[in-house]
Amino acid sequence: MSNTRPLSPHLVIYRWRVNMLQSTLHRLTGLFLCLGALLVTWGLIAAADGRVAWNVFAGFWSSGIGLVLLFIWTWSLLFHLCNGIQHLLRDTGRNFGLPTRDRTHDPVYWSTGWFVIAISIALTVLVWVLLIVRMQGGAA
Amino acid sequence: MAEFTLPKTSKVQKGKHFAAQPGGRNLRTFRVYRWDPDVGGNPCLDTYEVDVTGSPMVLDVLLKIKNEIDATLTLRRSCREGVCGSCAMNIDGENTLACTKGLDELPDGDVDVYPLPHMPVVKDLVPDLTHFYAQYASIKPWMQTESAAGSRERLQSPEDRTKLDGLYECILCACCTAACPSSWWNPDRFLGPAVLLQAYRWVVDSRDEATGERLDYLDDRFRLYRCHTIMNCTNTCPKGLNPAKAIAGIKQLLVNRTV
Repeated sequence: MSNTRPLSPHLVIYRWRVNMLQSTLHRLTGLFLCLGALLVTWGLIAAADGRVAWNVFAGFWSSGIGLVLLFIWTWSLLFHLCNGIQHLLRDTGRNFGLPTRDRTHDPVYWSTGWFVIAISIALTVLVWVLLIVRMQGGAA
Repeated sequence: MAEFTLPKTSKVQKGKHFAAQPGGRNLRTFRVYRWDPDVGGNPCLDTYEVDVTGSPMVLDVLLKIKNEIDATLTLRRSCREGVCGSCAMNIDGENTLACTKGLDELPDGDVDVYPLPHMPVVKDLVPDLTHFYAQYASIKPWMQTESAAGSRERLQSPEDRTKLDGLYECILCACCTAACPSSWWNPDRFLGPAVLLQAYRWVVDSRDEATGERLDYLDDRFRLYRCHTIMNCTNTCPKGLNPAKAIAGIKQLLVNRTV
């Protein structure tokens, strides 16, 4: 069997551009958000069950690990949303660049991808700044 | 399920090193994928130190290696001007035509040359494109008509003709299909960007009379909708075409047809 045709290398030799990163992140954040939906259900059940169950739930999310996870979830949601809007845009035939182009002088590496990532990070920071300001305002 | 890693027998190993010939001035190192069916075993990456003086394109360098350093190196090439699509391969991580890829376009450092990704390898840089051509044949890439043929050719208005711009230039080099992760994970069922661009070329041709049947064939979870607009196809097309936009065009026509 040693001379059956090998499969040429793909994922490990291909140059990663932002568009591939976006696609991968869209999948990963989608998976992560599914997991998050389960935890939201935990919250609803805990809220219905009473104070003891709710305290366990709230205790977990105000711990260090809980806060880090929440931060990642916030970004996952916002990235998935922003990237989803780009998907919608492309489904309407927009944001594909020119139909033909001179590849040597006008390479397209989908700079809108960096824009999507930047916006999602900016929105995440904004959400957390607002949260912290509100929490401090509440405490004072 | 997608196979992210290579089969054990396809893993690339370290190969031979061909040091520069004495007197070489303008040296550049090329690492080239090698596999010989007569030897068998795993493929390997051979290293060549080449004097690239007078070799503006990657194809020139590969032919210099073949002519002067290692005659066993095997590759396809024909027109050397980006028209035939024979020398499509993966250069410095992206699929392109070796004949139109200038050395001045490459970043400094060693240059990696692999066959088109996720294809069975016939030998060295020659992939087996049988499946690709079979997929192309499946979209019936010829004009289908029911109306009687006239005494002369079927006419097309200049406006209808411009709809084929950016589509008819495709040379079927398979750079885009071999760059598409969806094609990597579903090679048997997803048609891939090149074939879908060709399908769109016939769908929008005003003279073709099988538009409905063509769209019926494409309206499939796998054949068309494995495209997740990753955009590797458009990034990599050596002819500067836009397969992703053509695929979006098919999707739009299918939506228009149902609403």
